[in-house]
Amino acid sequence: MGRTYDAVNLKLIKKGAEAWIYLAEWHGREVVIKRRLPKSYRIPELDEQIRIHRTIREPQLMHEAKKAGVPTPTIYFVDVKEATIIMERVEGEQVKLLLDLIPDEEKLKICYEIGMLIGKLHRNGIIHGDLTTSNMIQNLYGKIFFIDFGLGEKTHEVEARGVDLHLMRRALNSSHFSYAKECFDAIIKGYSNVLGDAAAGEVMEKIKEIERRGRYVTERKSKNQA
Amino acid sequence: MKQRIKNEGYCLGIESTADDFSVGIVSFNGEILANIISAYVPPEGGIHPREAARHHAEVADAVLKEAFEKAGIKPQDLMVVAFAQGPGLGPCLRTGATVARALASYLRVPLVGVNHCVAHIEIGKLKTGAKDPLTLYVSGGNTIVSAFNSGRYRVFGETLDIALGNCLDVFAREAGLRPKPGEPLGALVEKLAAKAKIFIPLPYTVKGMDLSFSGLLTAAVSLLKSGKYHVEDICYSLQETAFAMVTEVTERALAHTEKREVLLTGGVAANRRLQEMVECIAKEHEARFCAVPSAFAIDNGAMIAWTGTLAFNHGLTTPIEESYVKLRWRLEEVEVPWVGRMTQ
Repeated sequence: MGRTYDAVNLKLIKKGAEAWIYLAEWHGREVVIKRRLPKSYRIPELDEQIRIHRTIREPQLMHEAKKAGVPTPTIYFVDVKEATIIMERVEGEQVKLLLDLIPDEEKLKICYEIGMLIGKLHRNGIIHGDLTTSNMIQNLYGKIFFIDFGLGEKTHEVEARGVDLHLMRRALNSSHFSYAKECFDAIIKGYSNVLGDAAAGEVMEKIKEIERRGRYVTERKSKNQA
Repeated sequence: MKQRIKNEGYCLGIESTADDFSVGIVSFNGEILANIISAYVPPEGGIHPREAARHHAEVADAVLKEAFEKAGIKPQDLMVVAFAQGPGLGPCLRTGATVARALASYLRVPLVGVNHCVAHIEIGKLKTGAKDPLTLYVSGGNTIVSAFNSGRYRVFGETLDIALGNCLDVFAREAGLRPKPGEPLGALVEKLAAKAKIFIPLPYTVKGMDLSFSGLLTAAVSLLKSGKYHVEDICYSLQETAFAMVTEVTERALAHTEKREVLLTGGVAANRRLQEMVECIAKEHEARFCAVPSAFAIDNGAMIAWTGTLAFNHGLTTPIEESYVKLRWRLEEVEVPWVGRMTQ
């Protein structure tokens, strides 16, 4: 992998769509190295713009999230030119895998907690941009960490909050369809607890609007159905 | 439940969800005997649903006749009539549904309402031999990334506003491009893009696995109106940006589902540059790249007929009283019991 910044025992653990993820030891610490590799399907101008932009934005948002009370891995090192980030390794279980293994009551508890964390992000003007259960890790002490802020942004707009939660619902529907509804309801409960019923209600209305706007409704009441 | 396998007789399929009226005739083992498409070309601007529906009603008779002639069969040889029940434009859907109901009642054969998006995937599988693909379906009306899991085609990503094909078409119209009859607007954008010299940065909007094209379109149109750039360069930048967006979400879904095949379908699938990009990510993930031949990538009756046979073989038919059109019938609402029980 190009430059390794004195890291040793590098082990490629995931060839993601966007980045390759390595486990390594770096100055006595266990770290994760995330490198956004050039994509040959994109023209170089666009490719560089996307990789650099996300490499800058991701650590910024992770740091902001931490300030907002949402656990994220600590950033140790960023090399913008090489689109590489070195961060703390969070040991634990991906929430995506975890949800399938635990009883319903536990599921709802975790989802409520996730909802609170999303609420904390939004309250502080942070939009995650890719809320899925693959981007959440429960560490060994039961704390939930959010990762992958590369598609995030900073805004207080209700629209952006609505899309963020809409994506969360979409991820539950496609990966955890048998209990997606209960989980999403628990997330909304946790979310309302943090943001307050009024602000959360406004976001819920927005989600409905987003879904009406697109092709998400089962059947929009059409006046002149055949 | 034991499935009924019938290998005799034929299924006729009617497609009329948007600007094309098409009739396809297929056998139950997947042989396509006819696939006649009559496209509505508006004198100017986009598709007006009522005008398109009028076109469909006018040509229905001739298209049916031509399909039977091409297939070399008589209406009495049909075992089932299938039609696109949704999603699509109301007046257009209703015209096709009316023709299908009339034909089925006259011949006293069962009617099968088919989901247009499911049909795009099924014909793609039939024509490319894909078994369990991740599908990128891009057309004037839809932009969907989906894959089969537990009885349905699940949607992993899609557009939050307009479709990719719509974005390219509207831009082409704003740029005053006029296609020759039978030539898609998108093809003109592709041709111009090939002559570009510079790339102009445009909004790149990916939200998780969802996409948004409306901001990109607005930005491209305002570049056009500013008069400061060559239309070739804007076409190129628009295409590169929009295609990179859909390719990125397709790759993300591919990494997530770990499917071994990537199927590209829909009207925009004919674009060589898009094919190249999607093929590139398929290779990287060691998946087989399958592009649907363009006659079956655009809206066509054969895909409706083929999907009709699959449903009919599983005992699924649509009683007349339930054959009302469904304008916003989502892909993931449809049970597809004919697809194997493979899960990711």
